[in-house]
Amino acid sequence: MEKFTRVTGVAVPLMRANIDTDVIVPAKRLVGHQRDELGGFAFEAHRYRPDRTDNPDFVLNQARYRGAKILVTGENFGCGSSRESAVWALAGFGFHCVIAPSFGDIFFNNAFQNGMLLVCMAKDEVERLAADVEGSVTPVMTVNLVSRAITAPSGAETPFEIDAERRQALLEGRDEIGMTLARDAEIRAFQACDRAVRPWIYRTAPQDTESA
Amino acid sequence: MQAQPRTLFDKVWSSHVVADLSGGVSLLAIDRHLLHDLEGGGSLRRIAGRGLKVHNPELTFGVPDHAVATAPDRRADSTPNSSRLLSEMKERSKESGVTYFDLGTEGHGIVHVIGPELGLSQPGMTIVCGDSHTCTHGGLGALAFGIGATEVMHVLATQTLRQTRPTTMRVTLDGRLAPSVAAKDVILATIGKIGAGAGRGHAVEFAGSAIREMSIDERLTVCNLSIELGAKIGMIAPDDTTISYLAGRPYAPQGELFDRACEHWRSLPSDDGARFDVEHRIDAAAIAPQVTWGTSPQDVIAVDQRIPDPAHESDPQRRRAMEAALAYMGLTPGQALEGTPVDWVFVGSCTNGRLSDIREAARVVAGRKVAPNVLAWVVPGSESTQRAAEREGLDKIFLSAGFEWRKSGCSMCAGINGDTVPPGQRSVSTTNRNFVGRQGPNARTHLASPAMAAAAAIAGCIADARKLV
Ligand code: SF4
Repeated sequence: MEKFTRVTGVAVPLMRANIDTDVIVPAKRLVGHQRDELGGFAFEAHRYRPDRTDNPDFVLNQARYRGAKILVTGENFGCGSSRESAVWALAGFGFHCVIAPSFGDIFFNNAFQNGMLLVCMAKDEVERLAADVEGSVTPVMTVNLVSRAITAPSGAETPFEIDAERRQALLEGRDEIGMTLARDAEIRAFQACDRAVRPWIYRTAPQDTESA
Repeated sequence: MQAQPRTLFDKVWSSHVVADLSGGVSLLAIDRHLLHDLEGGGSLRRIAGRGLKVHNPELTFGVPDHAVATAPDRRADSTPNSSRLLSEMKERSKESGVTYFDLGTEGHGIVHVIGPELGLSQPGMTIVCGDSHTCTHGGLGALAFGIGATEVMHVLATQTLRQTRPTTMRVTLDGRLAPSVAAKDVILATIGKIGAGAGRGHAVEFAGSAIREMSIDERLTVCNLSIELGAKIGMIAPDDTTISYLAGRPYAPQGELFDRACEHWRSLPSDDGARFDVEHRIDAAAIAPQVTWGTSPQDVIAVDQRIPDPAHESDPQRRRAMEAALAYMGLTPGQALEGTPVDWVFVGSCTNGRLSDIREAARVVAGRKVAPNVLAWVVPGSESTQRAAEREGLDKIFLSAGFEWRKSGCSMCAGINGDTVPPGQRSVSTTNRNFVGRQGPNARTHLASPAMAAAAAIAGCIADARKLV
């Protein structure tokens, strides 16, 4: 995973609550496409008109928000399906960071696993940031993970909180599988104890029964 | 000294902690890892590609469900993607020692239907799958949750996950359900009442007399929609109903081991006085059959209520979302849902594709005909559900009414196999998501119970199942 320290770029406000991962990338794109091809399908249902030309009403298509790297959005962003493709589609579109009052639980884990920073802030602070972006000539923002602060287009600084463990993992670009495998002796010891206490968990051959 | 009273969730979580990592993260042991066709084969390939082995193949089970065709004469290569996905998954499963339930075998079906049905899912287990509706298995008292593709790889390689402990919520549903009110209505009404984001960050326990009186199938339906409440974990304490459900299932423990397991299972329910971070109480007796009107499961009303008016909503974000939902659904505020013409009816999915669901739908359909304007499908959640339903003659009831009777799989729930609702058409569906584009581009989905879906098929419009039984 790549290291994440800070991102400076265009921020785009998409102020709706409950944007689900089906909206972020539709299910039909989950098969037959590589991870790095998914950016073209991000927000597909909103982004294109039926003839596949850009829908000018959708904020991500507006000229001033082209090349956006930061998404400012509503509550419960990324709820719904566990598809990690939602993160790959956002990343493929160019996003490095999403700022919202709250996120879907599974999406939250998925994003950090892929080096994408999610910033949780109080609803009124997110709304203030969105208004700052909308009211600015050039909607460029900086999200600094080292100093844990956002610099809005107006220059206003807002600090943010982030779980220390997640922050460190992003800063170092950690590989969790490697780190956990380093603890394999502990895992095996746990399983050996557990096998004595709950042997049925580990007996997984089918039993002969009359079919239900 | 008396030990601190603990919740069901606390007991299962703490007994699976392998190590406490820094920052409040635990390394959690995983008892069952379920794979499906969208990620299964690819994840096994990527693990092998990194030179790693599946840590516990005997705890890993795979089944193709999302991409498979459901036509009665389907084969592994009936849809453009299934051929490649299935052959890779089958090959890789064999290579790594993972059990694979192939199409056409007794074990085939939607991953969240076969887990309980085969007895693979048991109380007190940690169960994960790269699918958000893994919370379904919580209906048996398991700690089950959906994970992403990177986490799937982590479990394959280590049989553990790094997880932050969620906070707890209890939803207590007391009271006797009114006639024709199903588990689906109970959970939809709960989401409507407390919101699609209310469970975020929580492990939810569903409790109360209404839950205790439910069958396991019904409890699975309730837990299935935990994620639609925002909670990735939903659980129901195991009891006699759970134990008699599991007895004799092919992958459940047998004989002396079963007795030992039962003893453990009986120790799991939340202790009296256990503390939850958040508590909700809902009067289950007051719940009427529900139908969604919008594009979030929280956009739900009783079938005899009128669609709410966004103008009366004070939160501007919520108001905008309601307006967008009504425009997408082609509905007007204040309108009655009952009587709205429908084009499609779908009975199936991991929410409502089990035998009891099919029986409920059949009870409404028996001796009647599908309205001429409606295409109606039943897609059993698993091969063994299908066979059991056929032994009861339920297929005949549907076929003679004009329904299609299809083969097990996810089908029109997410439309990944190509079974979709055409653009602009309206469906009443027993699934769990009415999201924009979920059942196909511009498809308009109304979520409801099997009886309500069946009623819509017969009436040709959204109808009150209570008037048909
Ligand atoms: S039936 Fe629907 S919700 Fe369930 S696993 Fe399949 S696609 Fe997901």
